[in-house]
Amino acid sequence: MSRAALTHPVDGRFGAFGGQYVPETLMSALGELEDMWHEAKADPQFQLELAGHRRAFIGRPTPIYAATRLSEHFGGTHIHFKREDLCHTGAHKLNNAVGQALLALRMGKRRIIAETGAGQHGVATATVCARFGLECTVYMGTEDMHRQSMNVRRMKLLGAEVVEVKSGSKTLKDATTEAIRDWVTNVRTTHYIIGSVVGPHPYPEMVRDLQRVIGDEAREQYLSLDGKLPDVVVACVGGGSNAIGIFTAFLDDRDVALVGVEAAGRGVKTGEHAASLVGGRPGVLHGTYSYVLQDGDGQILPTHSISAGLDYPGVGPEHAFLHETERVEYVAVTDKDALAAFKLCTRLEGIMPALEPAHAIHHAGVIARELGPGGSILVCLSGRGDKDMDSVDAE
Amino acid sequence: MPSEAGRAQGAVSSASRLENALRAKDDLKLVAYMMAGHPNKRRSIEVGKRLAGSGIAALEIGIPHSDPLADGSVIQHAGQVALEHGMTVSGALGVAQAVAAEGVPVVLMTYINPVLSYDPRRFAAEASQAGVAGVIVPDLPIEEAEPVTGWFRAAALETIFMVAPTTPPDRITSICSHSSGFVYCVTVTGITGARKELPEGMPELLREVRKRTQLPVAAGFGISRPEHMKSLRGGADAAVVGSAIVEAIERGGDAVALVKELLKACR
Ligand SMILES: Cc1ncc(COP(=O)(O)O)c(C=O)c1O
Repeated sequence: MSRAALTHPVDGRFGAFGGQYVPETLMSALGELEDMWHEAKADPQFQLELAGHRRAFIGRPTPIYAATRLSEHFGGTHIHFKREDLCHTGAHKLNNAVGQALLALRMGKRRIIAETGAGQHGVATATVCARFGLECTVYMGTEDMHRQSMNVRRMKLLGAEVVEVKSGSKTLKDATTEAIRDWVTNVRTTHYIIGSVVGPHPYPEMVRDLQRVIGDEAREQYLSLDGKLPDVVVACVGGGSNAIGIFTAFLDDRDVALVGVEAAGRGVKTGEHAASLVGGRPGVLHGTYSYVLQDGDGQILPTHSISAGLDYPGVGPEHAFLHETERVEYVAVTDKDALAAFKLCTRLEGIMPALEPAHAIHHAGVIARELGPGGSILVCLSGRGDKDMDSVDAE
Repeated sequence: MPSEAGRAQGAVSSASRLENALRAKDDLKLVAYMMAGHPNKRRSIEVGKRLAGSGIAALEIGIPHSDPLADGSVIQHAGQVALEHGMTVSGALGVAQAVAAEGVPVVLMTYINPVLSYDPRRFAAEASQAGVAGVIVPDLPIEEAEPVTGWFRAAALETIFMVAPTTPPDRITSICSHSSGFVYCVTVTGITGARKELPEGMPELLREVRKRTQLPVAAGFGISRPEHMKSLRGGADAAVVGSAIVEAIERGGDAVALVKELLKACR
């Protein structure tokens, strides 16, 4: 399949997946957003400005790092990390938030809303709102406010209003539903900065465009370091933004295997997990047709993951497409294994990963054992783990 | 484009029935909304039957969904209660059938995922068999409507689409041409839920819609009070009252008193 077919949605769809399943009230705003995004993307002035903020505010390019002791531990395959944990505010989420804030300014919308699970996207959004003088409201489920309390405090210090969402499972799904309801009500004045490659078109495409800098940088860095590409690129998948971000640059490199790691929670067979691609089926959630965890009647199921950022019953439509076309392999890793990888990486590398990419690190270990010495793996280390101290201590 | 409104006029009797029921003569018609399975299945059938005989022109019956993007807290809560009491799509079709047997035109309101999951073709066939007149799917804009609404039409169900205050004029035209039975005019920029006052731009929006369709135009979202009925008379054919009725049901009543009070203001 050609690159064009893979990376440019047709009529807002990646193959069968995507679309705009939203109330009519939002349709013209989505149309405007699509037009504005395409215009901005093609505007050299916008790109220059974005590049400036990436350099001086986010701290890009982020390095790639040879995790030598981990490599040795896993049997000799070369493991590298793309260090998105070194982005300002501690995760890749800021790549998206900066771009969308610039777009909001361009559209003349001065009120920003966002949903957050781990709090990383909420912090990133609160941060850009502080930076650009925008009003900010973040929706967050009760359970997530509890397990990511440090990020709640950060958001408040940054001047954001954090609205507690008590409905449903009180996690990311419900926070997203609440944010969309707010948007339906305040669409004329408000821009919704969605935190992943989910939601109605053009969000999956726009967030992908803003996150692909991860892979664009990493591919070049890897080539200049090693003179060749890695055998495998691994990333964790919640909604799928850091994964799409790193995968996009490698889609055409047919020799590079791409692996997305979902959250298996207590095990996919237990039903207590958040692995939408591995354990779900196609359906509509939050405006997009993709893989969804749902019961036989189309009701969205509660999810479980130790990591709040992966604890979501849907996944971006481009991932559904990459799954069906088998360009990317999707697997799921349990809470227990992710926790062990978190500790291992902290001890062996002096890098404390977030619990989300700890899932990817565990699976990199599994692949490393198969590849043996001479193999090479690039892992997207999507964020740092300070936010997870309480969850890790509790285990 | 041959308008679907034109087609609907020539369609089977259940089709024109909804249209006739909702078209205002000198009055304003009232459409009530209730949630299937709220507070439980048996009670919702009772309430539905009583509402059916209360003088309303049509009854909207909601099929509960876990993530109702277009609904405010009252209807969301009713949906959660219904789901907790085991309401399903199939169960909701049963509620619709029992209530439709009373002779009131019944319109189902549901989100797209339960329909997709049930299989749109089967959903359409069973809804039609249950005596349902039409379907509203608030998260299914006209661009995404096919093939789902094709199955609805094939089963002689009306396909009601929504116009919002943010819908530009040429889009209103295409929404009207996709609609049959009636056109649903969302009066507020927002989600369902009773409001004190209706927005200023509402009469203008209703005029814009009416200019573009022969179908009856129903105003909905936020409407809850007798004075709202008065202000809608002449501007809309019908008013849809949802959250206020659901709240009355939540309090243990059947909302008939509220309907009677509202109906007085419709004439
Ligand atoms: C560090 C980190 N990685 C990954 C994710 C998951 O999101 P996505 O799949 O969109 O990258 C999150 C979400 O909060 C996160 O904080």
